[in-house]
Amino acid sequence: MTRARTARVIAAAVVVAAIVAPFTLKPYGIYLLSLWAVMTIAAIGLNLTLGYAGQISLAQASFVGIGAYTAAILTTQGWPLAAAFVLAMALCFAIGWLLGYPALRVQHHYLAFVTLSFATLVFLVLRNEEWLTKGVYGISGIPRPTVLGWSTQGPVDFYFFCLGVLALVSAATWWIIRSPWGRAFMALRENPIRASSLGVDTRRYTLMAFAIGSVLGGISGVLYAPLVQFIEPNAFALGLSFNLLLMVIVGGSGYFYGPFLGAVVSVLLPEWLRFSEGLYLILYAVFVMILMAYFPSGLLGLAEGLIKRAGKPAPGPALPTRDGDAS
Amino acid sequence: MNTWIKSTLAAALAIGTAGAVAQQTVNLPIVIELSGAGAVSGTNFRDGAVLAIDEINAKSGILGRKIVAPQTDTQSNPGVSRAQVQKALDGNPYAILGPIFSGSVKANMVLAQQAEVPQFTGAEAADITQAGNAYIFRTSFGQQASMPKIANYIRDGLKAKSVAVLWVNNDFGKGGRDTFVREMTARGIKVVADISTESGQVDFAADVVKLKGANANAIFAYTNEEESARFLREARKQGISTPLIGETTLLNQKVIELAGDAANGVRGHVGLSAEAPIPAVKEFRDKFVKRYNYVPDHNGIKGYTAVYAVKHATEKIGKFDRKLLAKTMHGLTITPKQEPGILMETTWDDKGDIDRISFLAEVVEGKQKIVQTLPKLGK
Amino acid sequence: MADILQLLVAGLATGGIYALVAIGFVLLWQTSQTINFAQGEFVMVPAFFVLAAMKLGGLSFPVAMLLGFLVTVVVLGLLFKRLLVDPIIRHGVLPLVISSIALAIFLKESVKEFYAADAQPFPAAWATTNLTVGGAVVAVQNLVIIAVAVVAVAALQYFLAGTRTGRRMQATAQNPGLARILGIPVERMILYTFLINAGLVALASFLVSPIYLAKFSNGETLGLVAFIAAIIGGFNQVRGAIVGGLLLGVIDNFVAAYLSAQYRGAIPLFLLIAVILFRPQGLVGRVEERTV
Repeated sequence: MTRARTARVIAAAVVVAAIVAPFTLKPYGIYLLSLWAVMTIAAIGLNLTLGYAGQISLAQASFVGIGAYTAAILTTQGWPLAAAFVLAMALCFAIGWLLGYPALRVQHHYLAFVTLSFATLVFLVLRNEEWLTKGVYGISGIPRPTVLGWSTQGPVDFYFFCLGVLALVSAATWWIIRSPWGRAFMALRENPIRASSLGVDTRRYTLMAFAIGSVLGGISGVLYAPLVQFIEPNAFALGLSFNLLLMVIVGGSGYFYGPFLGAVVSVLLPEWLRFSEGLYLILYAVFVMILMAYFPSGLLGLAEGLIKRAGKPAPGPALPTRDGDAS
Repeated sequence: MNTWIKSTLAAALAIGTAGAVAQQTVNLPIVIELSGAGAVSGTNFRDGAVLAIDEINAKSGILGRKIVAPQTDTQSNPGVSRAQVQKALDGNPYAILGPIFSGSVKANMVLAQQAEVPQFTGAEAADITQAGNAYIFRTSFGQQASMPKIANYIRDGLKAKSVAVLWVNNDFGKGGRDTFVREMTARGIKVVADISTESGQVDFAADVVKLKGANANAIFAYTNEEESARFLREARKQGISTPLIGETTLLNQKVIELAGDAANGVRGHVGLSAEAPIPAVKEFRDKFVKRYNYVPDHNGIKGYTAVYAVKHATEKIGKFDRKLLAKTMHGLTITPKQEPGILMETTWDDKGDIDRISFLAEVVEGKQKIVQTLPKLGK
Repeated sequence: MADILQLLVAGLATGGIYALVAIGFVLLWQTSQTINFAQGEFVMVPAFFVLAAMKLGGLSFPVAMLLGFLVTVVVLGLLFKRLLVDPIIRHGVLPLVISSIALAIFLKESVKEFYAADAQPFPAAWATTNLTVGGAVVAVQNLVIIAVAVVAVAALQYFLAGTRTGRRMQATAQNPGLARILGIPVERMILYTFLINAGLVALASFLVSPIYLAKFSNGETLGLVAFIAAIIGGFNQVRGAIVGGLLLGVIDNFVAAYLSAQYRGAIPLFLLIAVILFRPQGLVGRVEERTV
């Protein structure tokens, strides 16, 4: 049980840090933390689709975009953010479900290309349909919500709002993974044919994996809009999809805490590396390549391997396992 | 190396201090595009600004205080630029320089406005000065100032009755196109072709074919440097003989270099140019080339004059007061006699828009040649 | 009529470029199951090797081109395989995809950081004149590109089907395990594909850079179009790359001229989705057995 105990201690420490940190930071630092929280939500969604259900998607940024534009359009017309949440979640569920259909026919790299095409198409729509999205001009002046009388206008307030949503999303995801649905997803990832032969409705769960992952992307977007307070189509293009993918993989695909760690590396690391005069992207890329060569299960896989080696007296090689695999 | 040390020191200063302004220095952060699509423009702006800063610091700075200018990269990304401006604001700056990309400016100017920090931007989109922001100041013409000048030239100089417009589909291109079409309609000139192109587009064959079919009296091309060059080459290749008109970028040295012969004969309005027949500008150009080993484009002038504007206005007030600086800038005219670093007489109005002389130019034998000097729009 | 001809020719010319880029991509996939998301950047980089050789080494253009070619084959062929693909591919397809995305970022940023952020003119290796054919103006450059692409594919087809090494490479692609049993030096065969790909991208780079201008961001659009061309044409046939590339080039031009300029990028994507869903072997590809 050492591994689970270590994980819990670390998680608790992180939670404490997350709550205390904003009071020690300037607005810029608080902004970064809020961005980290928002990106983690989107990464959790992608981790569900890719890490747990094994379906590769390069379209997560599109759902963040759909969520963000829904929030922007509604709140600048005076609607409350809650309405944006409801509408965005419904839209993303429906569109995500539809996006799942190609996944029933193709796998892996073909699926990557289909989702990639979808992502580019969504970008084109966001950019060209000026009457709805204001096109390349973007939507500015997005207000921050007032939640039950508590105004989230200030940086610290909005950060706690994001943190709250992140906590809710994490709890919901935890519940899904521990439920029969979660086990069905993992069966899908490991061996779809065997899963099907065991009576798992692979069709339904594939579509579900996409739908739920997309909903989380949408939620992330609904938070992103009032965080940045100005959105334009380029923010939701392929670049963000690749970024989210890297977050999930680097953190550890299929690990519950993977997205959290991945978002730290992707949002906070570039900031620390900024002092190397613009070389940070180069170093980041090299880091990812080395990671893939030697620790493809990501940082958490690496950590697990190390802990296992520390815990077990047997000298055999520790094979990295993921959540749900037979140990 | 000098700049690197300065910026690391300045960054450490900005992050380390609890918010109080260091007494011996003036904090003037440069938040600019150093990578991404705007890298060339941003680098020019930065280099011009740093040139001015070093000159001023060599002469004991502003009111005795040396300028410290930490640089941050917006990556040509509005979201990042917003974060960087927030970071700059955390360091309690006197004023902020940059960014250039209109999308980025729109994303972050609200922050500077709320913090009541004057922001000197290189952006040209029209709506930036229409949002009621008392703290935003341009360093070059907004599209709402440059387009009327081009429109007048097309109507009076070319006597055109119809025009075709080719534009790049981003906020720069679209803003320019929208303003241009408005000016054309106001002058009764018909827009017979309205062609959108992509940023980074390589193949302009289809677009040139459409232009040929439109049979306009003039073609206005408003896109970024490389695309301009590729478009010009394709137009030349397919034998377009209609006059090609542009705005600053199309007659840029970089475009001329990339397009080669195809750039000859292009005419247009140039708001700022390192080739202007003005001694002060020539001197600036030579200093720039000597230090950086490349010829500045109009963005270099923007950065350079922005710093000198801050210097002059501050000296006029006699103290460092951000709110008063902003107030003073509105309606201020700075002449080269008062402040040589301003290079050309410049007036700011109450919205932050700029008024200056500008030029009509033509590309002749691989060089931009100023053909006519146009007076300021006001007085 | 001249218009349609102009669009057709321009489309074929651009399509030829896409085809060249797609060929190597298809080859790598066929023989070593490597999806190279950095293929676009591979086409961008050799031009910069040449420019660097001329600027920093003071070499003349022909010598620089030769040096650039050799460096490309070594770095983007040999080193790419040994340092990146070999360690990663044993972990599966996804890590390799991620790594090639990272490699693309690495190459792009390195060029931008260490050479230049703005576009650089690149000298053409032959006449930069134009011909007029039936009212349409064609650059000799573009005809050369189409010709080179066709010749490259023909040569590759011959090599793969007609020579011993080529047939060994095909065997390796179809069934590496069996090939190994039969005594084929599988590792060496796979290395050959990487070297051939590197040679092809170098060639493509020297052909397109005079037109496109050498810029660090060239790889983005080129890479994406190459993938689409490869899949539409037929991922398991090198011929498919030519068909896909030419088709895309022509369609793009006609859509931009007659339909919608703003959505011109959408048509290839729709085609891609349609092909993947309804005819995954592509237009001229063979039907592949779906492996379990």
